[in-house]
Amino acid sequence: MNMDFSYTIFILIIPIAMFILLGFFYNKIKPAVSGWIGVAGLTAVAGMSYYTAYQYFFNIPKVDGKFQTFFGFKMNWMNFTDTLRIDMGILLDPISIMMLAVVSTISLMVHIYSRGYMKGDRGYTKFFAFLALFTFSMMGLVVATNLFQIYIFWELVGVSSFLLIGYYYEKPSAVAAAKKAFIVTRFADLGFLIGILLMGYYGGSYDFMELNNPEGPAIMNWASSSFMGLSVITWALILMFMGGAGKSAMFPLHIWLPDAMEGPTPVSALIHAATMVVAGVYLVARLFPMFHFVENGFALNIVAWVGAISSLIAAIIALTQTDIKRILAFSTMSQIGYMMLALGVSEYDGHDGIGYIASMWHLFTHAMFKALLFLGAGSVIHAVHSNYMKDMGGLHKYMKITSITFLIAALSISGVPGFSGFFSKDEILVAAFHHNKPIYFITLFVAGLTAFYMFRLYFSIFWGKKKEYEHAPHESPWSMAIPLIFLAIMSILPGYLPFTEWLAPDRIGFHGHIDYTMATIATLTGLTGIFLAWLFYFKPSIYPAKVSAFFGKLYKWTFNKFYIDEVYLFITKIIIFKGISAPFAWFDKKVVDATMEGIGNKTVDLSKGIKGMQSGKLQDYAFAFAGGVFILVLIVMYVM
Amino acid sequence: MIENVSIYELLTLTTILFFIGLYGFLTRKNLITMLMAIELLLNTSVINFVVINKYLYPDVLQGVYFSIFIIAVAAAETALAISIIINLYRLKTSVDLSETETMKY
Repeated sequence: MNMDFSYTIFILIIPIAMFILLGFFYNKIKPAVSGWIGVAGLTAVAGMSYYTAYQYFFNIPKVDGKFQTFFGFKMNWMNFTDTLRIDMGILLDPISIMMLAVVSTISLMVHIYSRGYMKGDRGYTKFFAFLALFTFSMMGLVVATNLFQIYIFWELVGVSSFLLIGYYYEKPSAVAAAKKAFIVTRFADLGFLIGILLMGYYGGSYDFMELNNPEGPAIMNWASSSFMGLSVITWALILMFMGGAGKSAMFPLHIWLPDAMEGPTPVSALIHAATMVVAGVYLVARLFPMFHFVENGFALNIVAWVGAISSLIAAIIALTQTDIKRILAFSTMSQIGYMMLALGVSEYDGHDGIGYIASMWHLFTHAMFKALLFLGAGSVIHAVHSNYMKDMGGLHKYMKITSITFLIAALSISGVPGFSGFFSKDEILVAAFHHNKPIYFITLFVAGLTAFYMFRLYFSIFWGKKKEYEHAPHESPWSMAIPLIFLAIMSILPGYLPFTEWLAPDRIGFHGHIDYTMATIATLTGLTGIFLAWLFYFKPSIYPAKVSAFFGKLYKWTFNKFYIDEVYLFITKIIIFKGISAPFAWFDKKVVDATMEGIGNKTVDLSKGIKGMQSGKLQDYAFAFAGGVFILVLIVMYVM
Repeated sequence: MIENVSIYELLTLTTILFFIGLYGFLTRKNLITMLMAIELLLNTSVINFVVINKYLYPDVLQGVYFSIFIIAVAAAETALAISIIINLYRLKTSVDLSETETMKY
């Protein structure tokens, strides 16, 4: 029985080594070589991740029926006090191993896909270097052993996200989007940092193992300190969730995600659909015992409602958008809202932990089918050179592989029985139904909307109006098609894996089964959505125009994303810049700087006045000297 | 000690010599002449040393020794000053003081 996980350190070393290699020698390495380096490195990483998962879930015996926690590597990095310290290490438990598998799979697929998609791009090698940096940071994030380590890697994924969104740095919109993403998430991370510090001070530890122990001091003593009617620990959790909400694009911090679609499409698939944006969900799951036990789950309730509201708003906005990548971005936000609300309604023990399981399961399945949707969209964009639905239509007969794999992903996200999304969504609905009825109805409604906008997208791209293309679109090269096919399989398969036994919050798990009543209701909702979409968009029809005219104002609001961006612009530009910053800037310029400059200017004027004394004439100096001595002598003789 | 000559007369002489030297230094434009004026200044102090030693402390010889030192130092200083003046002459083909006024604000 091999219990040694020390090789997992290479899961981190290989990507960072690739980043250093490709990053430092990016103009020396030929594009063809760098692509293969990336794919080879990621294959090794993915292989190790799968091996770890296989060992962990199948070969290592459970103790008392529970999955154990292992450390692949652990070192003491910084000691603040005897108990408060920061470690660096690799934590292996069910969710981190599940995330390792997700991240390495998607990253590998995106690497393979990018070899085709980015072909001929000037910064080809640089692109692969950034992808490697991102993979390293994300891997470090999921295996973090404590809050500080997760925070370090959290910022690193933020930076690599910034670099990749702004990859087309000659395009002003891409630069603006990168800046926006970075600033919004940094703002959220301020909350995260304060939360971490509060947790260290009042909870007494940064270590996940110590914090999450239900009998540990951090959870048992939450009531000992309070601030504004809530426990300080609860505040810390809420602030940390603020960081998670920023990264996971939860309302109202979601505004960066749609703009982030300015990055290359493989990046959107990797970072802004499958891996980085679920970091917030992962953070809540990582601290789930704390969220659950502290103050009877007050913070968890906030998580649930933020998730529910985000999923609803995003689904509504997705109905009206016309840029296919933006539709997928809002869909991502909506599905992450699902994961959040599932965590929010979850309990800790036994069958009541279903929400947690459902969330993690949905994270896994969503990563697969959403990455597939993005890569499929990338394939379409590659073929027609446009992001907008109006430029597409009838593409099915030109690109069969893309069309079929896209259909599989759309069926999966819509929750059609047999596909993986059906299973995970069913669990979410069950969890919501048993623990929070209002959220259940929101979830069900969103499920219908999801099916509708997904098939609106599918029909508009691949069927709908017959469009004349100047150049007949063609199927993408194999390097792009293979990831699509692989991910299509992964959009079906994970539904049949026993996630309920693997990912339970109490580590014990149970044998899951489908709740048929729930499943029927959800399926009917989904099918209704698909049917309406078929009616509206399969052939050119007058319904869409009629319905949007019927909703009038509401349609306009939705189309403009409820003007949330404008609200932010108002707050930043008018209130903060003009109302607060401008007066401060005036004070700084006119009072503080002016005083200093005045002193300087006066000195200059004075020296201009007296500089004539430095005449350069030797005899003037001698005269001054002799005169001075003379005066001194007079003083000594007559005054003193 | 000189017969019928008191210390006051000798000191008056050196004072007059000193001010002649100072006047020469401050007003002459030729560097060689200014050097001569400096020599005059030095000589007054040498005479002062000797006179004060002789009249006030006739038992010791420090003042005399000092005057020899000063003469030696003055010789060295003159050599240095002459070399500077020669260099200046090579540069400007003149030993006029107004040629050295470039070092100013």
